Amino acid sequence: MPTFLREASLKRHTILDLLFRNLTRVSAFGVLVLLAAIIGSLIIGSMPTIRAFGFGFLVSPDWDPVGERFGALIPIIGTLVTSAIALTIAIPVSFGIALFLTELSPRLLRRPLGIAIELLAGIPSIIYGMWGLFVFAPLFADHIEPWINDHIGTMPYIGPFFSGPPMGIGMLTAGIILAIMVIPFIASVMRDVFEVVPTLLKESAYGLGATTWEVMWKVVLPYTRIGVVGGIMLGLGRALGETMAITFVIGNSHELSKSLLMPGNSIASALANEFTEAYGDLYTSALIELGLILFFITFVVLSLARYMLFKLGKREGQVT
Amino acid sequence: MNAEYTANPKVTAPKIIAKKIIVRDLSFYYGDFCALKNINLSIAEKMVTAFIGPSGCGKSTLLRTFNRMYQLYPKQKAAGEILLDGENILDKKQDLNTLRAKIGMVFQKPTPFPMSIYDNIAFGVKLYERLSKNDMDERVEWALRKAALWNEAKDILRQSGTSLSGGQQQRLCIARAIAVKPQVLLLDEPTSALDPISTAHIEKLIDELKEDFTIVIVTHNMQQAARVSDYTAYMYLGDLIEFGDTSVVFTNPKRKETEDYITGRFG
Repeated sequence: MPTFLREASLKRHTILDLLFRNLTRVSAFGVLVLLAAIIGSLIIGSMPTIRAFGFGFLVSPDWDPVGERFGALIPIIGTLVTSAIALTIAIPVSFGIALFLTELSPRLLRRPLGIAIELLAGIPSIIYGMWGLFVFAPLFADHIEPWINDHIGTMPYIGPFFSGPPMGIGMLTAGIILAIMVIPFIASVMRDVFEVVPTLLKESAYGLGATTWEVMWKVVLPYTRIGVVGGIMLGLGRALGETMAITFVIGNSHELSKSLLMPGNSIASALANEFTEAYGDLYTSALIELGLILFFITFVVLSLARYMLFKLGKREGQVT
Repeated sequence: MNAEYTANPKVTAPKIIAKKIIVRDLSFYYGDFCALKNINLSIAEKMVTAFIGPSGCGKSTLLRTFNRMYQLYPKQKAAGEILLDGENILDKKQDLNTLRAKIGMVFQKPTPFPMSIYDNIAFGVKLYERLSKNDMDERVEWALRKAALWNEAKDILRQSGTSLSGGQQQRLCIARAIAVKPQVLLLDEPTSALDPISTAHIEKLIDELKEDFTIVIVTHNMQQAARVSDYTAYMYLGDLIEFGDTSVVFTNPKRKETEDYITGRFG
């Protein structure tokens, strides 16, 4: 090949390389721009309500579109409570699933069970919502809620949180449906991180005479805590933002109620339900501010998780 | 199989007066594969017994039958008898946790648990004994002193075990194993991941530990076996080829296969 041709091809390669490098850079920075744009537009969109109600918006249980008085307390509580219920149920169950799959299950069962869990994670949320409303809620209302009323509802202190008409829909139902939805996520992450624990580490603990439970609880779990917390955060992220399934079963009521059996509302489901009928700047703006709050909650939760990991590492003595 | 490799251990068995462990007709299977063939040997109390041999000869497998570590894996099984102070530990009725309290193990690589140095040592103790804070402190110090780690670790007991160097980590694992006060200590190639200086530390430690413990060590390193052990067993392809006083096995082996291996002509 003549020299000038080789040079030309070299030059073309350099240009392509440069182009490619900048393309990846643009993509990476694009994410930041997008994030900033979303936060920006949420803030701008919620300016009318921020001006009208200030911080009162966060603590007011009012939601009166006609009188144009808005407060976010009920959806905030609904979001936090349903997510808390979901995690309370999902974390131990997921730990059990992961423990069984990595340590106890016969090899033959491992793959099918693992695949089943991954399939469960792939089911669209609207199906969970429909199943929750048409199948789970009636069962819950007929068989479980009366029992809860009779047994837990009569207890001192926690009783008021567990009494109310057995309607089937409400915060508790929403929390349980959420738990079912996040279990596959948390369980499959936990399984993956448990599987990479070095065999020798486990054998060392078994070699000291530890039982399977002691090995899992005292050695495997601390060893994998970053991954486990990551899995829980993934689940929590899904629980906080889940819309369709919650909308079906939470009852969408802007009434403040102590009982978990009563209908409530969550931020995401309020947004989904009310955007189409939001008339007037203040109503739209209130909904946008709800979105901003959800964004903020997610951010705080993720930061708390990071902080928790940092603290754990410190207690263990890695940071001195 | 070559007939010449079918050892008759009686021919080469050393005279052992206090027998801590007696292995009788032990065979071991990974599924259908027979990894140990009719092993017979005795482990002397408060002495160091070394298992040597090329990779895959079954020396680690033999070691792992002594605390029934193989039981974690469904397709592995042992047949025969292993008597610890006269009791057959392969018996189905043998409680694994008590067995492992009597027989401690240290592995090829340091395996500090993800917790502080103090908690690493307290971990095993807590499984069996309820000690007051003071007693536990004393036990931790005792174990660390025994493992020659106290001077380096006494000021950093609350730091993570993983923050130590490799050699220190391995001594931590030894301390952790002896903190339970076992009778037997199994060392599975304990220095294979360590540098020469750390290795020398551990070898010196083994020499001191045999005052209190019966020690069985698996090693790839023949010089190490010669340095630290009182008795040496040479294994090949699941057979025990020769077993005797270390000085005899290394200077005047009875069998040609052993001689070939230790002189480096093979393996």
